[in-house]
Amino acid sequence: MQLDANVPGGPIESKWDKHRFELKLVNPANKRKFTIIVVGTGLAGASASASLAELGYQVKTFCIQDSPRRAHSIAAQGGINAAKNYQNDGDSIRRLFYDTVKGGDFRSREANVYRLAQVSNTIIDQCVAQGVPFAREYGGLLANRSFGGAQVSRTFYARGQTGQQLLLGAYSALSRQVALKKVQLYTRRDMLDLVMADGKARGIVVRNLINGEIESYSADAVILATGGYGNVFYLSTNAMASNVSASFSAYKKGACFANPCFTQIHPTCIPVHGDYQSKLTLMSESLRNDGRVWVPKKPGDKRKPEDIPESERDYYLENKYPSFGNLVPRDVASRNAKEQCDQGKGVGETGYAVYLDFKDAIKRDGQDVIMRKYGNLFDMYQRITDDDPYKTAMMIYPASHYTMGGLWVDYNLMSTIEGLFVLGEANFSDHGANRLGASALMQGLADGYFIIPYTIGGYLAGTKLNAISTDHADFKSSESAVKSKIRTLLSTNGKRTANDFHRELGTIMWDYCGMARNNDGLKIALSKIQNLKGEFVENVKVSGIDKEFNQNLENAGRVSDFLSFGELMVEDALARQESCGGHFNEGFQTEENEARRDDENFSHVAAWAYQGEGKPPVLHKEPLSFENVKLSQRSYK
Amino acid sequence: MSTGDGMEKKINLTLKVWRQKGPDKKGKIETYRAEDISTDMSFLEMIDVVNEKLVLEGGDPISFDHDCREGICGMCGAVVNGRAHGPSKGTTLCQLHMRHFSDGDTVVIEPFRSRAFKLVKDLVVDRSAFDKIIQAGGYVSVNTGGVPDANAIPIPQEKADLAMDAAQCIGCGACVASCPNASAMLFVSAKVSQLALLPQGRAEAPTRVINMVKEMDNQLFGNCSNERECEAECPKSISIVNIARLNREFIKAGLLSNEK
Ligand SMILES: Cc1cc2nc3c(=O)[nH]c(=O)nc-3n(C[C@H](O)[C@H](O)[C@H](O)COP(=O)(O)OP(=O)(O)OC[C@H]3O[C@@H](n4cnc5c(N)ncnc54)[C@H](O)[C@@H]3O)c2cc1C
Ligand code: SF4
Ligand code: FES
Repeated sequence: MQLDANVPGGPIESKWDKHRFELKLVNPANKRKFTIIVVGTGLAGASASASLAELGYQVKTFCIQDSPRRAHSIAAQGGINAAKNYQNDGDSIRRLFYDTVKGGDFRSREANVYRLAQVSNTIIDQCVAQGVPFAREYGGLLANRSFGGAQVSRTFYARGQTGQQLLLGAYSALSRQVALKKVQLYTRRDMLDLVMADGKARGIVVRNLINGEIESYSADAVILATGGYGNVFYLSTNAMASNVSASFSAYKKGACFANPCFTQIHPTCIPVHGDYQSKLTLMSESLRNDGRVWVPKKPGDKRKPEDIPESERDYYLENKYPSFGNLVPRDVASRNAKEQCDQGKGVGETGYAVYLDFKDAIKRDGQDVIMRKYGNLFDMYQRITDDDPYKTAMMIYPASHYTMGGLWVDYNLMSTIEGLFVLGEANFSDHGANRLGASALMQGLADGYFIIPYTIGGYLAGTKLNAISTDHADFKSSESAVKSKIRTLLSTNGKRTANDFHRELGTIMWDYCGMARNNDGLKIALSKIQNLKGEFVENVKVSGIDKEFNQNLENAGRVSDFLSFGELMVEDALARQESCGGHFNEGFQTEENEARRDDENFSHVAAWAYQGEGKPPVLHKEPLSFENVKLSQRSYK
Repeated sequence: MSTGDGMEKKINLTLKVWRQKGPDKKGKIETYRAEDISTDMSFLEMIDVVNEKLVLEGGDPISFDHDCREGICGMCGAVVNGRAHGPSKGTTLCQLHMRHFSDGDTVVIEPFRSRAFKLVKDLVVDRSAFDKIIQAGGYVSVNTGGVPDANAIPIPQEKADLAMDAAQCIGCGACVASCPNASAMLFVSAKVSQLALLPQGRAEAPTRVINMVKEMDNQLFGNCSNERECEAECPKSISIVNIARLNREFIKAGLLSNEK
């Protein structure tokens, strides 16, 4: 297979303009003749659904939760980037582009990233027009803060609930289209399969989560905006229902999966405290604007943080990276926390935590100012840990948070399956091997509001599509495959719950394919996952029946896909014999223990093509060329 | 984990849980033991433990809605010992921790009940009536594209803050479940207020408030009679000042429509 990214020619600044001009248009009167399925109502799916409906397309929108407003995007805390340069501190489209490519450790596609930076500003305009209550200065203008990996202040925020406010903005636009009957909403639906006809994506098969019925829906194009797969680690900051199943079903139908081993471990999460734990809670990276990260200099120091004098503290990020200090990118911050803990300097009961201290910030700015900026995060911390971060240093540790990998897409956001588009965290496109903070919200909304409305028109106008209904044989065979998988899960009647398998998978992934990896460990992981998969087939226990509201069955299906996907992730990590961004293979590091890339051999996107159950997937490579930024060893010193 | 005085403990509880197979089936309270529960667990993690055991014993695990488990998606919620989202103020069920319970406690867990929220199963209810209310006008009518620069309209910080206070509503339905009239007034007023406070939302303010209140009635929510239970139980501490603002907007809108 030839992977063609379809990047338009010409200088990078004018590619998107040129492309929009060259894309075929669908005549306004014809738009209503096209039906588009959108799976997902996070920032990417909700914004796409609303924008496409406004243009006149018939849209069918699906989500797992009882309301589109509850998509996982709602949980994003810190902010959203844009190159507005309102602070007059030297920001520009070019700088946002550069920071993103560099932050991604030179493993993203330049043209996509440039376009993202270009549309970033209109996103803020759009959200403000919708009534998103961003934080403001006394004069009434928008406020900004800084995030990791940037030396300018370009992050817009709504207290610690930016994702919530942006999603409610997109949800309101979507609701308006539902009221206008331009969007048909299908909530509590779980996409279980992608349906193809004549080699094109033409529909989906879902399980109605209320009554368990298997339902089919057809369309002229399908958009997946189903989020990331961070829950492959079991414990993560993702919502409980976040899954890989929708993407994985597309992968099995021929969509290549790109860079699955590029996962982000976020440095500031509340540490794990017990084996009953079901998820981890993020403490927004924005805290690193004012909090200082440190560990005691002496390993095993058990004193309370406030009793450890300045001279016995190691502010290791500030010392090691004087120019970025506490605001180094996430992968760097996470790896350094792990390193400190591995040296025995970790704190807390488990020794797997470092301090994030606001003492100096409170002294400098006063408790009021800090409360204003981070109040809800401090409250959340206190509620979970029973500690008061105004009085004592917070304890944090890295956790699985975001996945840069995802379904491969070209410049039009179309996957290797014709007519299947992928938006938001579910695609691989813009963040390379590491995403900068506040850039996921930007990407999700860029994809949904400002990119797909153009590119999908080009596809629909230029493609011959036969009429199709859900009676088509391809729908019937998908339905029966889905039903048989459900029957198998329900009839296995083994001795372990799906959740128990998931937890074990998570431990394997975290230990061998987490913040640091090595070839031996990855090989061990592969055989452990294969064994676990085998055991799952024989020994899983799922309760209840198919034709009912059955959360245990829902979860078992997701775990079964995570098991298969975990294998792919490890394969990818093994194939990439270099370190870059979030993929840190201990065999490839600089003398200063930073990731050492191998640009000669690995400056490519690894796109995996499914070959059938039990057969090894085939690796296709999309070469990456850098014409607008100079490849360099990332340095944040 | 904690370095404070609340060290982790293990407790045993008796749960009395509302079980109901479906909207048209009869429901009843069933009793379960929750044993060896760490006080650092969240309430939902405690139910997870009970459910894992039920699955292995071949029973039917307790259905309950949840997703983010960090107090922001609004998916979780149940009435615990008579209080929506349990005993802690300003806290969703998922953020309620077991350190607020004592060894030997009996905990009664019931769904959010209301005429407008049909029961799905056990503790799961259908809150799509909230979506219908938003569809009736909970937005600013702008299409994607063609909007002015974000800094074109300065908004006083104070106004922006008040709008944000109202915008924090997570749509969980606790206000409805705790209201003796099953009114959705707090929920509706939060959205009406957010948009009425901002210049972007002013243009449609009169029609918005009328349409949203009308839809609230259509969806079978009751009237507000100032009981203030909603405010007390709201996990996001949405203030009933918003209801007063809604009422003012409603009167203003009525006057406007009379002028025509
Ligand atoms: C705690 C936290 C904080 C974050 N903070 C920030 C931040 O400050 N700034 C930033 O830029 N990014 C942040 N991120 C990342 C960012 O929130 C996500 O990457 C982004 O919101 C993903 O949006 P999405 O639209 O792609 O998918 P999601 O919001 O994950 O939505 C997925 C949608 O797909 C649906 N879906 C999934 N699977 C199926 C299926 N099988 N069938 C049917 N429907 C399905 C779901 O119901 C949902 O509607 C944060 C992430 C986390 C976890
Ligand atoms: S007003 Fe409060 S209780 Fe009511 S839905 Fe909103 S957050 Fe929940
Ligand atoms: S599960 Fe999201 S608010 Fe409780």
